[in-house]
Amino acid sequence: MSAPKSHLETLPRSVQFLLATAVVGLALFPLMGSDYALQSLSRMMILAIFAMSLDLLQGVTGLVSLGHAAYFGLAGYALAFLSPASDPAALWWTLPAAMLFSGAAALIIGFFVVRTHGIYFIMVTMAFAQMVFYLFFDNRALGGSDGIYVNIRPASGPIDLENKVTLFYVCLASMLLVYAFLRRLLWSSFGRALVGIRINEHRMKAVGYSTFGYKLSAFTLAGALAGLAGYLWGALNGFVNPELMGFHMSAHAIMMVILGGMGNFAGAAIGAFVFEGVLHWVKDLPQVGGVRLGDHWQLWMGLFIVAVVILAPRGVLGLASSLLARLRGEGRAK
Amino acid sequence: MSATTPNSAAASTRSTGGDTVKAAAGLGEVLLSARSLTKRFGGLAANQDVSLDLWRDRIHAVIGPNGAGKSTLTNLLSGDLPPTSGTVMLGGHDITGHPPHEISRRGLGRSYQKTNIFLPLTVEENVRLASQSRQRHRPWNPMHWVDVATGQAAVAERCERAIELAGLTERRAIVAGTCSHGEQRQLEIAMTLATQPQVLLLDEPLAGMGVAEAERMVELLLRLKADHAIMLVEHDMDAVFTLADHLTVMVNGQVIASGTPEAIRRDAGVQAAYLGEEH
Amino acid sequence: MTLANFLIQLLNSVQYGLLLFMLAAGLTLIFGIMGVVNLAHGSFYMLGAYLAYTLAAKMGSLPLAIVVGAVLAGVFGFLLERVLFRHFYHRDHLDQVLLTFGLIYVFEELRAIIWGNDVLGVKTPEFLDWSIPLTDTLSYPVYRLFISGVCIALAIALYLLISKTRLGMKIRAGAFNRDMTESLGINIELIHALVFGLGVGLAVVAGMVASPVSSVYPNMGSPVLIMCFVVVVIGGIGSVRGALIAALLVGLVDTFGKVLLPQVAGMLVYMLMAAVLLWRPEGLFKQ
Repeated sequence: MSAPKSHLETLPRSVQFLLATAVVGLALFPLMGSDYALQSLSRMMILAIFAMSLDLLQGVTGLVSLGHAAYFGLAGYALAFLSPASDPAALWWTLPAAMLFSGAAALIIGFFVVRTHGIYFIMVTMAFAQMVFYLFFDNRALGGSDGIYVNIRPASGPIDLENKVTLFYVCLASMLLVYAFLRRLLWSSFGRALVGIRINEHRMKAVGYSTFGYKLSAFTLAGALAGLAGYLWGALNGFVNPELMGFHMSAHAIMMVILGGMGNFAGAAIGAFVFEGVLHWVKDLPQVGGVRLGDHWQLWMGLFIVAVVILAPRGVLGLASSLLARLRGEGRAK
Repeated sequence: MSATTPNSAAASTRSTGGDTVKAAAGLGEVLLSARSLTKRFGGLAANQDVSLDLWRDRIHAVIGPNGAGKSTLTNLLSGDLPPTSGTVMLGGHDITGHPPHEISRRGLGRSYQKTNIFLPLTVEENVRLASQSRQRHRPWNPMHWVDVATGQAAVAERCERAIELAGLTERRAIVAGTCSHGEQRQLEIAMTLATQPQVLLLDEPLAGMGVAEAERMVELLLRLKADHAIMLVEHDMDAVFTLADHLTVMVNGQVIASGTPEAIRRDAGVQAAYLGEEH
Repeated sequence: MTLANFLIQLLNSVQYGLLLFMLAAGLTLIFGIMGVVNLAHGSFYMLGAYLAYTLAAKMGSLPLAIVVGAVLAGVFGFLLERVLFRHFYHRDHLDQVLLTFGLIYVFEELRAIIWGNDVLGVKTPEFLDWSIPLTDTLSYPVYRLFISGVCIALAIALYLLISKTRLGMKIRAGAFNRDMTESLGINIELIHALVFGLGVGLAVVAGMVASPVSSVYPNMGSPVLIMCFVVVVIGGIGSVRGALIAALLVGLVDTFGKVLLPQVAGMLVYMLMAAVLLWRPEGLFKQ
């Protein structure tokens, strides 16, 4: 399929410093930002979680899933169904329940999907996600094409997600926890084995690893983490619809992971912020000579995606590390 | 139709199967035993009725011209290819048609003719990964999602020993992709040893090596002989006759002769088919 | 279900399956020979439908428009391969997925700029705009039979091309062993461009010939693309024969599923795919 790629796993000091500064900035943001900006940033952090979960599959294990949004959307729907009509859902158990639900779906679908390789894997993950999409789209009982509302946002004790600031901090905390967990996992026995599978699955089998079990475990875990993001998304927007499980959502997630730089989770998070940022910016482009540029955002977005693939295949972090290496006078970082 | 010499400890035989091989005196405990292995690809028989044994503390060399089916045989024994017919027994267990990871866990290690390592990782990481495979754990056990891979004592110990044996201690922190060809071949061996197998299948370990490197590899193999049963596929005849306790000659997917090095060297049929053309 | 109803559904299944085959054949050839995954393949189908709208109006005849459109599509595909796709053969499937996904966006927007976002219609050619009566109340539209006919004719032409002509032999050789084929003096790059043009041409013709029945609307390529992928997975990558059998199978399951089990109709095809994958993880006919 592809030559074994080395991904940036240890971040350069300067990058670590910048990220830490950004996190502090995020933590302080509610003190000065507008409500709208708060919502935008919460959205970006949720997508960062979604992208990091995909990075576990794609960047670390080398499994390109075109159907990861299925687990994102399923958790959102789980929240919607677990939310009573005029009361908040109990955050403390509905959140884990939604994650468990997504994880279980990933386990079942993964069982079929993980036995395939290469292009097949890409296509079957897309196909199964479409199946989930149509399951909700075609059935009025499940909300149909219109989707379902989450009337009151979840709450537990002092944590009430109706409060925009609280929701913001819950998203921030979740993002940081997921990042810390995944970084730890990257250097664990399990994580190292996943990297080995990405680089040379054949040799991994030859030295005694049952790679199917590893890949399925990664697939399931990634699904559960995508569920965390999906639950928070449903809480943020108060609304879920089948598009959350759609093909575009899955493809956007892949884009975010690539845009930032694969295999280290920081890249995925950065990619999510950058992608959402570009999307916002492109939709708000001004009128030039009688043409509302913002209306044609699909064209700009499409060209942007093509440009990134051609010019910066290792993403923002890849560019940054090449730049740093050159500044330090080393040869081009590979 | 077997040719014998008065001083040979084992009989040289032309028969391709049966117990004549096993009954060879003075060879010791059989760790791996293949009987009548056949592998067909469509109409082509890459291996036809091949039998062979591997004994503890012995090196069994398999030689033959290109296309003789030696690599296919190695793949059949390691589980990379399922045989069309025939059986393979490893330490008393029937492993015929079992997947490679199971066979590896039962104590078989295999090195590849075409270097099959983790190029972007360092030498140490390569060997550590191989050694980690022996850790008794399930991938869905969350304990292993948060442990520290490099902090596992037993894994590290196996890794150390394999690196030392292969002579790569100085080069452990070098990225495998930037190592010399000879070092990469050493790494091949180190990874094979890191799982502490009892049976070793070595596919052309000397391929592409310079004189000094080849000498070092031969020394290593002689050292490894103790406690292992080794099958050596090689083209380097000097090395083969230095190392081998037993030789099997394959041509066109079939075994045409099997016996001691002296007996094989003297065998007219083998000379005609193979040895006479080489060197 | 009465016999007439059954016959109608059967004919619909075959028609749908054959259309899917036109798309899947191109997709599987391009995968199998060049190793490129192309998410924008559905966009070519959409392009066909819109092209039919414009060309049929300009020329006053849909069949003529289809012929012209096929040629234009072939040239377009040829150029697209030379300019863009050929640089991605050695790249990761991941990069190919993203690149072609970006192209979907670009094609969608170009379509919106040129043709707008309204649902458009293409008129059925008059000489085909009648129905064969099956019973007192039921009849079957001849144009749908025409669609199947065109697809069958093209399928036969494809078969003859690949197995009976020298070009087909070169294509098969290139798929089997690229380096060897090149060293025999065959211009493998030209072959690739031709195969790509062929794939695009088939997709565009499918879109054109189906347009009177399917109408012409934004994003019409997406559902077809998904089905196409399912067909290729079931049939086996690189196998045109597999694509045909899988396409007909999918056509049958989907059409009869919608009639007999409407609640789960949308999921039936995927369940079929799951079942095939359990049995043969590389599709029914491995290349």
